[in-house]
Amino acid sequence: MKTNLILVPAAVLVLAGCATSLSEGEAQQRSLSMMKSSFKAQGQASLARLDQDEVQAICSKYRPGESIPKEVTEKIEKAQFAAIKYPAKLMGNWQAGERVAQIGTGFQFSDGPSAPVGANCYACHQMSKQEISYGTIGPSLYQYGKLRGVSEPMQKYTYGKIYNSNAYSACSNMPRFGHNKILTEAQMADLTALLLDPASPVNQ
Amino acid sequence: MERAAVVRADNKDKGGNMLKPYLVAAVLLATAGAANAQNTQQEIERYRQMIADGNPAELYEAKGEGIWKQKRGPKQVSLEQCDLGLGAGVVKGVYAQLPRYFKDADRVMDLETRLVHCMVSLQGISEADAKRNPFSTADRTSDMESLVSFVTAESKGVKMNVSLSHQKEREMYQLGEKMFYFRGGPYDFSCATCHGEDAKRIRLQDLPNLTNAKDAQRAYTTWPAYRVSQSTVRTFQWRLFDCFRQQRFPALEFTSDASVALTTFLAKNANGGTLAAPALKR
Repeated sequence: MKTNLILVPAAVLVLAGCATSLSEGEAQQRSLSMMKSSFKAQGQASLARLDQDEVQAICSKYRPGESIPKEVTEKIEKAQFAAIKYPAKLMGNWQAGERVAQIGTGFQFSDGPSAPVGANCYACHQMSKQEISYGTIGPSLYQYGKLRGVSEPMQKYTYGKIYNSNAYSACSNMPRFGHNKILTEAQMADLTALLLDPASPVNQ
Repeated sequence: MERAAVVRADNKDKGGNMLKPYLVAAVLLATAGAANAQNTQQEIERYRQMIADGNPAELYEAKGEGIWKQKRGPKQVSLEQCDLGLGAGVVKGVYAQLPRYFKDADRVMDLETRLVHCMVSLQGISEADAKRNPFSTADRTSDMESLVSFVTAESKGVKMNVSLSHQKEREMYQLGEKMFYFRGGPYDFSCATCHGEDAKRIRLQDLPNLTNAKDAQRAYTTWPAYRVSQSTVRTFQWRLFDCFRQQRFPALEFTSDASVALTTFLAKNANGGTLAAPALKR
């Protein structure tokens, strides 16, 4: 204990001499209050959007690609999984799913109240061969269903992953479309069909 | 000075290199969907090189110089005595060292914040008026876009050299870093969601990893930029504002502390990069 008491101030001095001048706690606190006073509500985006839930607060501590302790990921995944609500019918219509996958609007302050809310899957994922304008933030989902089959557990897994990516992969980059009430049950079922239906362009 | 802008615009029209590149751009953008991603990138690169000598941002630079030298506001003085960090009236090279701490305001300021400060303190313009019109719209131009174009162009070829020697500069950097990783809003996005890993794209748009020096340099040194798709010069404040819009956050206030903190973080990460702004972007 005595050595600790001597070492800690020494470490603080060294850090202060470099680039850091605020403690972790101070920086955390001040960045939050700074953001609160630097944004203003506009359109549908209120300042409440800056209030983090537990998952957002924990995930903000880790850099992309940084390994997160197993007890942290397990705790998040368990709690998020428990909150998934499944509809009676997990698979909808893949054609409707394709339309939802292409739409990039929704929830921006520039989106009017009647603007469609889409999933914008192609922004981050390759999905079908026809659509060559796709992003690479997420993995390719081309032939997703062909590789996995259309079993009931696979439908449940796929719907669940769209509903809440963090239930399977804590701190995923993917929005929690069901958990955060971004998409409707029908839209998520249509996306499940887009990924799994053997007739979908994803599986050609 | 307004005359200078007009003369330069006329020269451009005579040379014919104002309009032609747009036609090329339109064709390229229209065919982009049919080509594969790599081809498109190459074509955009080729287009950038073709138009490099005729960037419409030059018109904004000339107009901005006129505004800089014009006697304005209740005090009827120009901005020529504005201290952008290297002494009153010095414009050359200042952008490479911003944001920085300014003793007279006891605040870290980026370029736009400092310009507002000078309009208020030198020209007697109210802060509200100075901040009223930071981003142009289809039917309203913005003096700020022109002023920023003028000042940044005077740092072309200069290497980014943001210092964190003052404690408040170090604090702003740290707060900006925290913001960069802050996940929030209905989509859980942070800046890092799109700009935290190498070699990612949204649709066909390449995303710089702003935590990697090479990408951060390339990105930061090409803002502000003339955006072909928006037919105007967009400033770095606009770039951040529009990122947060797409992040589904509320609206970032012009010259707010958060905007300066994040700019400090990103500008410092770009140190060593050679400024090439105002650049030309899609």
